[in-house]
Amino acid sequence: MTPEAPHIDWAGLSPIVALTAGGIVVLAAGLFRGAWLRRYGVPLLTLLTLGATAGLSIWQWGEDKAIVSRALAVDDLAMFLNLLFCAGAIAAVVLALRDSSPEESGHGEWHALLISSVLGMTVLASAQNLVVVFLGFELLSIPLYVMCATNLRRSKSLESGLKYLIVGSVGSATLLYGLAMIYGATGATGFEQIATALSSQAGLIDDPLTLTGIGLIVVGFCFKVSAAPFHQWTPDVYEGAPTPVTAFMAVATKAAAFGAFVRLFDVALIDAATNWSPLLAAVAVASIVVGNVGALTQTSLKRLLAWSSIAQAGYMLAAVVVADREGVEALAFYLAVYLVMNLAAFAVIVARERETPFGDDIRSLAGLGASRPALAWPMTLAMLSLAGIPATAGFIGKFTLIGATVDGGYTWLGVAIVVGSMLSLYYYLRVVAAMWLSDVPVPAAREPVPAIAGGSPELDAAADPEDGAGQDAGPDRPVSQAEATAVAVLFGAATLFFGILPSPLFDLARDAGSALGLL
Amino acid sequence: MPLSLLIWLPAVSGLVAVLWPARWAPRVVLAGSVITLVLAIGYVASFDRGAEGLQWVTDETWIAELGIHYKLGLDGLNLFLVLVTALLFAAALLHANLREWERPRLFFFMFALAESAVLGAFLAQDLALFVAFFDLMLIPFYFLIGAWGRGERVRATTKLVIYTLVGSLFMLAGAIATGVIAAEGGGELTFVLSDLAQVQLAEGTQQWIFLCFALAFLVKMPLFPVHGWMPDGYRAMPLPVLAVFSAVLSKVAAYGFLRVVLPLYPDASVHFQELMLLLAVAAILYGSVMAFTQTDLRLILGFSSMAQLGFIVLGIFALRPEGAQGALLQMVNHALVVVPLFFVVGALAARAGGSEDIRDMGGMAARAPLLAATFLIAALANLAMPGFANFVGEFYILLGVFESKLAIAIVASTGVVLASVYMLRAFIATMHNRAGSRAESRELSLGEGVAIVPLVVCVLALALYPQLPLARSEKSIDASVRTAQAVQR
Repeated sequence: MTPEAPHIDWAGLSPIVALTAGGIVVLAAGLFRGAWLRRYGVPLLTLLTLGATAGLSIWQWGEDKAIVSRALAVDDLAMFLNLLFCAGAIAAVVLALRDSSPEESGHGEWHALLISSVLGMTVLASAQNLVVVFLGFELLSIPLYVMCATNLRRSKSLESGLKYLIVGSVGSATLLYGLAMIYGATGATGFEQIATALSSQAGLIDDPLTLTGIGLIVVGFCFKVSAAPFHQWTPDVYEGAPTPVTAFMAVATKAAAFGAFVRLFDVALIDAATNWSPLLAAVAVASIVVGNVGALTQTSLKRLLAWSSIAQAGYMLAAVVVADREGVEALAFYLAVYLVMNLAAFAVIVARERETPFGDDIRSLAGLGASRPALAWPMTLAMLSLAGIPATAGFIGKFTLIGATVDGGYTWLGVAIVVGSMLSLYYYLRVVAAMWLSDVPVPAAREPVPAIAGGSPELDAAADPEDGAGQDAGPDRPVSQAEATAVAVLFGAATLFFGILPSPLFDLARDAGSALGLL
Repeated sequence: MPLSLLIWLPAVSGLVAVLWPARWAPRVVLAGSVITLVLAIGYVASFDRGAEGLQWVTDETWIAELGIHYKLGLDGLNLFLVLVTALLFAAALLHANLREWERPRLFFFMFALAESAVLGAFLAQDLALFVAFFDLMLIPFYFLIGAWGRGERVRATTKLVIYTLVGSLFMLAGAIATGVIAAEGGGELTFVLSDLAQVQLAEGTQQWIFLCFALAFLVKMPLFPVHGWMPDGYRAMPLPVLAVFSAVLSKVAAYGFLRVVLPLYPDASVHFQELMLLLAVAAILYGSVMAFTQTDLRLILGFSSMAQLGFIVLGIFALRPEGAQGALLQMVNHALVVVPLFFVVGALAARAGGSEDIRDMGGMAARAPLLAATFLIAALANLAMPGFANFVGEFYILLGVFESKLAIAIVASTGVVLASVYMLRAFIATMHNRAGSRAESRELSLGEGVAIVPLVVCVLALALYPQLPLARSEKSIDASVRTAQAVQR
């Protein structure tokens, strides 16, 4: 028999191809000298790449196939997550338009790193082979280590990058060890073969090698989704990294890691569920408690959102524990909701960091309700949604999560989510109170705003239907962050929209949820 | 006419107010609430009292994936509560129109949103929708109290919101569990109340879910052990906001017992009947004693409300149709009485240099016969003087309790006596006695009169004809109490 050239399914690979090609083009474009090209051309090319990837993912919706010797799944779950990654990355690019971090580290490099991180996420989200899992894991992490440190002149940013690198490497190493042990125990790297081996060979489920492997994999993933007790890096890294990078990291990394998490545990290791579900349930509860308690006293908004993200990771882990179709559906839905509400919040933080001297301190929001309703409303909706108040997407998200846990026989996990939400009310409402209930901001808040080209009061006014009275401030009014405001308004509106009409998102989440073939 | 119109009209008027110049906002929202009131009166007028079940049902699938319906309907349980809500919001908005507010558009938008949420909670016939509206009610009040309140408003607001939302989250968990567990065994996931009532949950399940709901409702009312937010909250709220909060929001909670808890968790209702009755008696005694010792008029009314809500809970958990009828009548009565009383407090404070302490008042009746008369009528109604509808309500409540738990009824009836003590004390200390140093006797102004007098007229009208709500609620009350009563036998 003559060796035949393997069949390559270019259509299925197309999102990955688009990202790879786009990354190279962006990197090359960054080498040109023209300031305009670097400043606007590179972000534009990046946006095109991400838009094309999202488009190709939509094109591949419903294909439901496995490519590259069944190592990559092109199913609705992967495509759904691709859309989330692209949304997160697009928001990050827009928020970084006037940020100093691409400036300092080179536009081409910054954006190429962003694209390659998205590439890693796409690979990770569709991986159904242990080797590919690790490949995707590293491809997503390494660019992020660098991006955290791209504010080259700020020591906190460098510290953040270094911390993330060290902790992340420990996580990767642990994960790799675990993957190797699973391979050793089952003799397979493909998820389907692992599942077959676990179900057919008696005693393999309780084999020490399998158990150790599962334990180490859980630890490795917990580092990435920042679940307690492997969360310590999160507040520092979130705080130190440039805010657009933090925004991207918070929403997209979490989606990618949970995508891989659910695929690995609910497909490959599903037969060992009796062994890992108590462990994961414990981690979920620990994250809910640690995250919410840690957030209570924070005054830095980025740290607050970091702790809140630990708690939210706990909520989502509950859906992984349930390990049925409803759980995956709830997880997919919640990941999308989580993205929407966090991006709204981060966009506001970005805008306020540039407008006030307080950085990301909660004081930067004081009196925002009166002075900048176009920023205050999205932030309010984001906080209410994170707390799970009705008429926001977060309420529906929590509703589905709790419904899935109760239906899956884990009522006590649902109760843990409820108790966690109670704790979280305190700190989310503190942010809302700062915006609406505190008095006029300190006058110094208005001074050191650099006059940056591109600020457009008209657009700001157009995006501000709530209260035109905020517009009549005097000439000392800070330069409006039009694009950050636009991102905030867009995602704030989405938070409200999916809170009232969640059905479109549910349809997508249901397709994604049924991709794994669980009951 | 779809009921959605009734719910969303205030919110739409609020949105319109936001888009129009600020000085029109108060009028626009007031107009919206008056039209809502007219609609509500129309519903009451054309209500078919002979028919059983819901009328004017709207039933749309809202979130198909979760089995949540946008189902609204009117029956004897909520008919008059909706009317009273519309009436009192219109009155409160009228009162709010009498003064200037900072950022008026946001203030009136939030006020209108609050009305929509409360009406939604009363009309919802789907458990998830009810929970959503119940939680949503709090958001506008968070802003109204936090941004336009007085004194330590931020602390008070945070306390209030956390107290009530903690209760609400328990309720959310209970509601989800109800739907999911009811669907176990092949049924389709649904949260429609009438469908859920067909399924009997296991008694143990019912019990913990009952406790979740009871906690949420007791905090909202508030009743004795979980009223920690009340003193600070009452002190901080702007007066028109306080009036509707005290009058209407507590009724949503009491209504929740009749609409959700008794039909859905009858076994647990019987199981915890004595606990609830004891809590109610404790609230009556504690509220009355506290009302007697306070000097801040707001707190006197606040603790008196707690005692009244104790009576309402007492009536509901008599698990007898008479008791529940009395409770429903008393909900309407108390709401109708407490709002003019709070407006009188506002009028008195304006005549006592801004103080709401009864020690700064006195002799107010001298040159203000109309003010004194309205206060006296409302006070007598609140203490359930025979002749007023409140007397009928309390009579029915005690009748129901006498039938089921004699000892508790005897203790509770002392609450009737205590009520006359604290109400008359407040009346005498402010209206007669020696005039306080800053007190000045002045007749009601036109604006105050327009806000207060019609409500007092409504109280008198209800005193003459309490059958109006009683006749229309009888069938629905029976349906609500029936299952629990059957379990008890």
